[in-house]
Amino acid sequence: MLMISPRMASGMQEKQYTPSLLSFFIYNPKFGPREGEEEKKILFYHPSEVEKNEKIRNVGLCEAIVQFTRTFCPTKPAKSLHTQKNRQFFHEPEENFWMVMVVRNPMIEKPSKDGKPATIEYQEEEILDSVYGAVLRQCYSMYKLFNGTFSRAFEAGGVELLRQKLEKFFYRYLQTLHLQSCDLLDVFGGISFFPLDKMTYLKIQSFVNRVEESLSLVKYTAFLYNDQLIWSGLEQDDMRILYKYLTTSLFPRHTEPELAGRDSPLRPEVAGNLLHYGRFLTGPANLKDPEAKFRFPRIFVNTEDSYEELHLIVYKAMSAAVCFMINASVELTREFCEQLDALVGPQLTLLASDICEQYNINRRISGPEKEPQFKFIYFNHMNLAEKSTIHMRKTASVSLTSVHPDLMKILGDINCDFARVDEDEEIIVKAMTDYWVVGKKSDQRELYVILNQKNANLIEVNEEVKRLCATQFNNIFFLD
Amino acid sequence: MDNEYYLELSENPVQFENASTVNNVFFDEANKQVFAVRSGGATGVVVKGPEDKSPIAFRMDDKGEVKCIKFSLGNKILAVQRTPKSVDFINFIPDYPHLEFSHECKTKNANVLGFCWTNWNEIVFVTDQGIEFYQVLPDKRTLKMLKSQSINVNWYIYCPETAVLLLSTTVQGNVLQPFAFKNGTMSKMSKFEIELPMVPKPAKLSLSERDIAVASIYGEVYVMYLKHHSRSTNSSGAEVVLYHLLREGPCKKIHVLKLNTTGKFALNVVDNLVVVHHQSSQTSIIFDIKLREPDCAMNVHQPVLPARSIHPCKIPLTGALCLFLYLIFLLLSVYLSGYLWYLQVKLQPTVNLLQDKGKLMDFLLRRRDCKMVILSVCSQMLEGGEKGNLPVVATVFDKLNQVYKEYLEAEQAYTVAMESGPSRFSNSYKRPVRTQAVIDQSDMYTHVLSAFTEKKVINKFIIAVLMEYIRSLNQFQITVQHYLYELVIKTLVQHNLFYMLHQFLQYHVLSDSKPLACLLLSLESTYPPAHQLSLDMLKRLSTANDEIVEVLLSKQQVLGALRFVRSVGGHDNVSARKFLDAARQTNDTMLFYTIFRFFEQRNLRLRGNPAFNQGEHCEEHVAYFKEVFGEQTLMKPPTK
Repeated sequence: MLMISPRMASGMQEKQYTPSLLSFFIYNPKFGPREGEEEKKILFYHPSEVEKNEKIRNVGLCEAIVQFTRTFCPTKPAKSLHTQKNRQFFHEPEENFWMVMVVRNPMIEKPSKDGKPATIEYQEEEILDSVYGAVLRQCYSMYKLFNGTFSRAFEAGGVELLRQKLEKFFYRYLQTLHLQSCDLLDVFGGISFFPLDKMTYLKIQSFVNRVEESLSLVKYTAFLYNDQLIWSGLEQDDMRILYKYLTTSLFPRHTEPELAGRDSPLRPEVAGNLLHYGRFLTGPANLKDPEAKFRFPRIFVNTEDSYEELHLIVYKAMSAAVCFMINASVELTREFCEQLDALVGPQLTLLASDICEQYNINRRISGPEKEPQFKFIYFNHMNLAEKSTIHMRKTASVSLTSVHPDLMKILGDINCDFARVDEDEEIIVKAMTDYWVVGKKSDQRELYVILNQKNANLIEVNEEVKRLCATQFNNIFFLD
Repeated sequence: MDNEYYLELSENPVQFENASTVNNVFFDEANKQVFAVRSGGATGVVVKGPEDKSPIAFRMDDKGEVKCIKFSLGNKILAVQRTPKSVDFINFIPDYPHLEFSHECKTKNANVLGFCWTNWNEIVFVTDQGIEFYQVLPDKRTLKMLKSQSINVNWYIYCPETAVLLLSTTVQGNVLQPFAFKNGTMSKMSKFEIELPMVPKPAKLSLSERDIAVASIYGEVYVMYLKHHSRSTNSSGAEVVLYHLLREGPCKKIHVLKLNTTGKFALNVVDNLVVVHHQSSQTSIIFDIKLREPDCAMNVHQPVLPARSIHPCKIPLTGALCLFLYLIFLLLSVYLSGYLWYLQVKLQPTVNLLQDKGKLMDFLLRRRDCKMVILSVCSQMLEGGEKGNLPVVATVFDKLNQVYKEYLEAEQAYTVAMESGPSRFSNSYKRPVRTQAVIDQSDMYTHVLSAFTEKKVINKFIIAVLMEYIRSLNQFQITVQHYLYELVIKTLVQHNLFYMLHQFLQYHVLSDSKPLACLLLSLESTYPPAHQLSLDMLKRLSTANDEIVEVLLSKQQVLGALRFVRSVGGHDNVSARKFLDAARQTNDTMLFYTIFRFFEQRNLRLRGNPAFNQGEHCEEHVAYFKEVFGEQTLMKPPTK
């Protein structure tokens, strides 16, 4: 499968190819330790059409590399292997379970000239270990969210069950990987929080508490507005991956029916005189439908200790979305869903319009001058808060950035430098064509700013970044 | 059943000799005194009030049967009526002649129906032909007429609390003429007509004084009319109609209390509640005119609580159990019993009788001794942990904070008025009275919340309640006290809910303060992110720069601390020694070099010489610097 998307065709003839997925496989060396049984090690292999022996060869190579590098540092075996044509990433999420992702380097195809055959130039240095390593780890997290750990599946149903689960999940999931648009944000895997005043926040708290009290089945609740998080009852790491799923997969699949026309079939049904816009994003599309199925996706959280399996109910009214998580051992009935709909629908509709109103008021107060004219990415490791003025709204397929990929790569490089040391640092890079890239790290926070000023010097750039910090981040402790 | 009696009689009744052929008993409502007059006064008069420990006893000449006897306010002058024409007076002021003097009513052929004291020396005679308002001059032993009004009077009622006199006029007696008295003035208020259930033919006196009462409820004067059930109209039972009496303007019928039964009734007003006693069922019901009934038309009231008897009481001394007889309406019986009780409302039993907690709070917040009962209701409500309790908790908190906020605002308005100029406004602004209904944060903390968080309740509910209280305070824009935040933090930490705490801080639900920042710092060992949260908070406070420096130095972030000091412009004043000490402790010689150099440069800039002053106590560090980097590395003073 070759994904061809000509990025920048300078001249008619040159063709550029973005990084793409060559193969993806999962194996466990313990499952086929003897010679001749190597195939048993392989739990999943993409693309599946690959000939068996090649599969075995590739797996064996990875195994060898990891074993070999382990002799140098037993605790940190190789994370990636760079070659001219591709790059391989290794990840051992659970003991002896290895995930490998092979990415083809971006390349430029130069057309045949003067009778010479077309040449291909691989850009080996264009992709970053940190970014794709994070993508690979995310693959595992997402699998675990919906399937639990590898070892649990193995214990429950042996290799057969594990293979089935992997096949079922990754067959679809790999199609949604868009390797060409991965960048620094994938490294962070952050959460965007919705800015909100205290009073409205407390109202949401009150709402969540009341619902959890009257629907005692609900174990955890998460509240989002405009695809940004406001409240999470889940622990941080679980929320991080759930947030990723919601914002990149579930929400984009559901267009806003409240924006649809009056006669549109998407428009929600108004039941009786209870006017509300609440609807289920998971589970039954229409409660009235006698055929409706009350099945919800199941997720696994706290896999480190209590290992909980939960139903995931996502309910939305206007721009406010709430996730209710209920112990999976409970069977959810029509009655429960109707009760939830009747209870949450009207309240959430009201709350959503409250938030919207408050948000607009706040925006008006802060004024347009506070709107950033800077392009920046902010990330706080402590609460995973992330903010980017570089990225457009994320959609299911691609994340659009408003800056040149080369600049994005500089951001990634700076991030790698930061990761190497614990100290607070600041890095200023002069990039091509009047661009300056500034990276700052203070305690657990990182800030990346892209400036474009004609003939600016280092001092001016430094001043400019200080100004940004003073206006955008005046309420946090950020060392200059 | 015992805890369902919400009405009781006072513990210490006024005891007096019961009425008999030789002993006459009188009650004066103005001074709440009982007079026992033996043999027309010749063998003694004993006066007892509710608070009087020692009764007043005296003798007076028996000049005929006493019809009415009352002290003026403060027991200054005694007035006694013995004949239909005149009233006799006796001075009780020390140093004034104790001799009796008499005053005859001015109107010819009029009979004195009675009299009432409106002040210590002002009295109103009510005759069947009008009223006469006098000032008593005890030293001259005469009365001076202040004002009079002629009008046909059937009967009268005087309300001492409001100094309002109500006269029944016309043949049917249903046109009432009120007068108000104040400091020697008498003002005629507009008269009004009571709607009779049916008009008798031929006309005759149809409104009895027993069916009318005047009382002050929530600071307003009301005329209460007990409208008996009539068979001709389709009413479900008797009702009490309340007419609002205004100083100016017409009197308006504004409240109707539905009694839902028939028979003989008596009325009381206790703690702004209208208490109606029903004779045949021997029960009482209470009404709160401020309590709105959602399912009733405007100002039609149903009883707040189900009907209950007054708590049976024991007669002290004799020890006999006396089920309170609903004969008190016939005042005579009280006189016969020899005891005078006061009626009291017990609040604790109402808690179980009023299921609707919101309504209960409305009711309790308007009562006099409500604080402890309200706090106990709150505790009880939280302990229950019933399903669907949270909205109720929210409603109750909102009601409490509404009252709390009103008090805070009044207090603030008063302070502002006092500061802006005490001379001009000092009269118009009174310091707001803090009633028991003002339940502040410290009350809630001490009596309800701190005990509640210790309980073995599901932690979700504890957090929810605390957040609900903070939400309510915020909604009324009341500044939340930091001990509430500390309680939240303590509870979250106890249950290991650090991520929840983090989110609350992120949205500034827990407002910034130095104590809170310090509390967070102390949590760092169990929850590392608390460090960042604490530093952020200190930064926002903008008055805690010293603390930030200390925190950074303690973390050995010497360079960071110095950069911070410089960014806030304090680097010319900080102690060099403090930073050099911290730099030495890191065992990082390059760091020490950098810090040392920085301060040398500062010295040069400030004093023209890089050397440290004696007072800076940096000799030790200079010596160390020389030892490590050599003496020649020290910055040279500029050559002149």
